[in-house]
Amino acid sequence: MRAFKFGDDIDTDVIIPARYLNTSDPEELAKHCMEDADPEFAKKARPGDVIVAGKNFGCGSSREHAPIAIKALGIEAVIAKSFARIFYRNSFNIGLKILECPEAAEKIRDGDELSINYDTGEIKNLTTGESYFAKPIPEFMQNIIAKGGLINYVREKLQGTV
Amino acid sequence: MGKTIIEKILSQKSGVDAYAGQIVVADVDYVMGQDGTAPLAIKSFKEMGGKKVFDPEKVVFVIDHSAPSPNEGVSRLHKLMREFRDEHGIDFHDIGDGVCHQVVPESGKVGPGSLVVGADSHTCTYGALNAFATGVGSTDLAAAIISGKLWFKVPESIKFVLKGKLPKGVFAKDLILYLIGDVTADGATYMAAEYTGEAISDLSMDGRFTIANMAIEMGAKAGLMEADEKTFAFVKEHGGRDFTPVFADPDAVYAKILEYDVSELEPMVAKPHTVDNTAKVTEVAGTPIHQAVLGTCTNGRLEDLRIAAKILEGRKIHPRTRLIVAPASRKIFLRAMEEGLIKIFVEAGAAVVTPGCGPCVGTHNGIPSDGENVISTANRNFKGRMGNSNAFIYLASPATVAASAIAGEIADPRPYF
Repeated sequence: MRAFKFGDDIDTDVIIPARYLNTSDPEELAKHCMEDADPEFAKKARPGDVIVAGKNFGCGSSREHAPIAIKALGIEAVIAKSFARIFYRNSFNIGLKILECPEAAEKIRDGDELSINYDTGEIKNLTTGESYFAKPIPEFMQNIIAKGGLINYVREKLQGTV
Repeated sequence: MGKTIIEKILSQKSGVDAYAGQIVVADVDYVMGQDGTAPLAIKSFKEMGGKKVFDPEKVVFVIDHSAPSPNEGVSRLHKLMREFRDEHGIDFHDIGDGVCHQVVPESGKVGPGSLVVGADSHTCTYGALNAFATGVGSTDLAAAIISGKLWFKVPESIKFVLKGKLPKGVFAKDLILYLIGDVTADGATYMAAEYTGEAISDLSMDGRFTIANMAIEMGAKAGLMEADEKTFAFVKEHGGRDFTPVFADPDAVYAKILEYDVSELEPMVAKPHTVDNTAKVTEVAGTPIHQAVLGTCTNGRLEDLRIAAKILEGRKIHPRTRLIVAPASRKIFLRAMEEGLIKIFVEAGAAVVTPGCGPCVGTHNGIPSDGENVISTANRNFKGRMGNSNAFIYLASPATVAASAIAGEIADPRPYF
């Protein structure tokens, strides 16, 4: 699990530019993931790798294509100092793991090897031997995750009432 | 304990006595998707097992982000949206009707006290009508389309008290750019902005929409204003029903109260590549401009076109500069024609394009080349936003954009006023 480091205010136009929104196909979107920040990123990243960024990750557009592109590329999680609100919510809805952890965002360097325990929120930096703890996920959102995302949550509700 | 505007609206819509920090499930009054996000919402709707929409009169799709379609991929997405309309009988605005955030207020379906969700981050625009309106993703949108409900965390509010009168040649856009520069791009994340004071009361509805529209650029969930005679007149003009205005209580609790005196404000510009990277126009005057854009959900309204036309009348744009004008809606386009504004733009050398989002969001209608500088009345100057990550976008008021198009470089518009 290799860390790819990005800066502050990574916006959704950088994560997936609107010029590629002529499809809803996750695999197509993944090819252009983070293209305007690092044109080689989609080629370099391997399934299970992690994006580590600064403050306000995912600011800008409400396009759900942004977390979808990251997830479809096989990125396991995004760790950031903070997330923009709509991106945060969209990521939970589609099942992309995101961790808010200022200390990790600051101390992890590009290329560090990590391991994450999602139950405890512990992020281990295998390269430096450090450990960081992410903020706990709000309980209401944990319920949505436990149902496998908002789509399953609503589907189960609909089936329950029909 | 007193409540902010957003605490009151979320209490009314959820039936819970709600305060900041609580999570509520609330009824939505109107649900909007555009062609960038509705196709994914339709996909989620099907995956959720959705059979029908909760109320066809409360759901609207707008084709504005790529209108008319620039390629076959987008055409397929548009077709998907039209098929959904045919199946479910929802409200629909096809190409040429305009940008969703002008078309929805013009529909009369949103007004004081409404709760609106839209799969577009600038849905916060309707806060100018004293509505709680916020951007959501496509999956949240699908859930709202099926159930007519959505969950919300009640946000804290920041109150912006804007005192004094704006000087000549300084507009709502300059004010909101100044505020974003001051609080920064994530200064209101997870919070709602409430704008009040003489400077807001003095603004037309068009100017208020500009301010509310950019609340998201400080990270806010909503940008709300109180309703007054101008709000009621706007709603009435567009055939809206009787809405009940929502006022903040005098003892409402705010995360912060920020006071500003706007009477010394100068024209502002946001420099590449973040909206909070602001400067006075005088600090960047002289920067060569290759393309100027007048339009968008921020500044494509009638007042904006009138201000630009006042500057452009009888003048020509600089040979170095292209000027693209996109009225925010069909209605505005028609009014601008009747008033002779379109003639002024065309004679000045502008290319007038279909009402829509294209130039702002980089889907078509004016993608800049490598190394070019653009000055735009839009709300975002992110790298690659306009379709080329090697271009540089400056944001400014319609007056500054018009003055810059004539000068071929960033120019202070105040000499025209």
